[in-house]
Amino acid sequence: MAANENVLIMDHVSYKYSPGTAYEVTALDDVSLTIKEGEFIGIIGHTGSGKSTLVQHLNGLMKATEGHVYFNGQDIYDKDYNMKNLRTQVGMVFQYPEHQLFETTVFEDVKFGPKNQGLSEEDQIKRAYEALELVKLPEEFFLASPFELSGGQKRRAAIAGVIAMKPSVLILDEPTAGLDPKGRDDVLSLISEMHEKRGDTVILVSHSMEDVANYVDRIIVMDTGKPVYDGTPSQVFANYKELEQMGLAAPAVTYVMNDLKDAGLDVATTATTVFEARDEILRMLNK
Amino acid sequence: MLRDITIGQYYPADSVLHSLDPRVKLFATLVFIITLFGANNIFLFAFVLVTLIGIIKLSHVPFSFMVRGLRAIVVLLVIAGLFNMFLTPGRELVRFGFLKITDVGLKNAVLMTSRMVLLIIGTSVMTLTTTPNQLTDGLEKSFGFLKKVGVSVHEIALMMSIALRFIPILVEETDKIMKAQMARGADFESGNIFQKAKNMVPLLVPLFVSAFRRANDLSYAMEARCYNGGEGRTKMRPLKYSSLDQRAYICIFTYIILFYAVKFVM
Repeated sequence: MAANENVLIMDHVSYKYSPGTAYEVTALDDVSLTIKEGEFIGIIGHTGSGKSTLVQHLNGLMKATEGHVYFNGQDIYDKDYNMKNLRTQVGMVFQYPEHQLFETTVFEDVKFGPKNQGLSEEDQIKRAYEALELVKLPEEFFLASPFELSGGQKRRAAIAGVIAMKPSVLILDEPTAGLDPKGRDDVLSLISEMHEKRGDTVILVSHSMEDVANYVDRIIVMDTGKPVYDGTPSQVFANYKELEQMGLAAPAVTYVMNDLKDAGLDVATTATTVFEARDEILRMLNK
Repeated sequence: MLRDITIGQYYPADSVLHSLDPRVKLFATLVFIITLFGANNIFLFAFVLVTLIGIIKLSHVPFSFMVRGLRAIVVLLVIAGLFNMFLTPGRELVRFGFLKITDVGLKNAVLMTSRMVLLIIGTSVMTLTTTPNQLTDGLEKSFGFLKKVGVSVHEIALMMSIALRFIPILVEETDKIMKAQMARGADFESGNIFQKAKNMVPLLVPLFVSAFRRANDLSYAMEARCYNGGEGRTKMRPLKYSSLDQRAYICIFTYIILFYAVKFVM
């Protein structure tokens, strides 16, 4: 497949919960998006903005009330479309690892995905081993019960359980929720490292700008079921005032750079990470 | 798909039924069930049916919402209907091999299934218009006299309200777990009954783990707020009858009198 090919296309997708009753909620409102191969995307929005609903459409777990989703050019709502295959191709890690860990050992649990793919016992073991290596779970935990692991380790085991299926697109729904700052950084850099190693498409769902700004190359901001901004981090954070009104915040460096500019210093405000900001300030000082 | 489970679900709306005292609604439901099974001819049945339609209209709950609860018991209804139709002795109408439909069987089948349908709809009118909290308050108060013979009414009512409260949470949780496992290629639909049961393991284990964790958390939260049973406990909103409830009781008694008047005259 050529690079930059469109892997996933959402074409005017809308989704309503409990249509026709008092509980009716529009979770997605006419969303059109294209996702290219090899992209590292962050989807951001506050609670209830429709970001989780959006990604669950990408692997067919939720069916749009209107519109179409295409994976590698094929409409996934076609009658004879192989949904099971799609789900192994578009791997999805959910917010709480507790929702998927069930086996007696971590190793057996990671084997569950490859087993459902119909691989041989030998391949299942190989895949599970590779996946657990990739998420850097220490080997002494391979045969432990998944319920004995710490929060961060559970998260790693859950991610391993999905990448053992070798998906070409990996979606992670709030992979850092409930982790301490160190656990959060570990998981995020792990995801970024895996992206570099495997060159796959990664979609990271989060409500925290700081989380994604350092890692992704494209940010989609969701608000009330619609994508409102879509672009590189610096393009998106240029709208930091509007983001605030949606209950989101730009990374702290965006504020620092804007304050410096307001104070009359000649700096560009496009920096999104601390390192970029440092370089920009040094450049200005050396001039 | 799991969102379709409507047992014990509350439907928020602004109607006369929603503002009635839960005790009135419990009594009315009881009366409804007794008269429904006491209706042994078409006129009485029509009388019960018309009353129910009137009540549904009053409740401001969409009719489609009530029928949803029926979906779960369609199989049961069909089986019960068929058994009644084919296995009741009486005058033979049609015969397929060794199966025969009799006049009594046909009558029983129709009466049985429509009774069950009305029973489900009638009781769901109550749960749809009463919050689980009101319902248990009503039950606790109505059965309060049992305390004298040693039944722990408060505890049972509390258990019931916790159970009802947890239904939507566990349904949502089940939905999430199913999705997480389906994302790993799990299949909950195909296969024979043994394979299906085996395929449920990845769903049931996380569900049980989470249910126990929630129960444990809840007990801590209750103890942290000094809960120690119903003894000496007061209510923020004690149940009190209003004039609306009095009028409702008058309506219920009028209904009973009318029903039995028709029943004995016919």
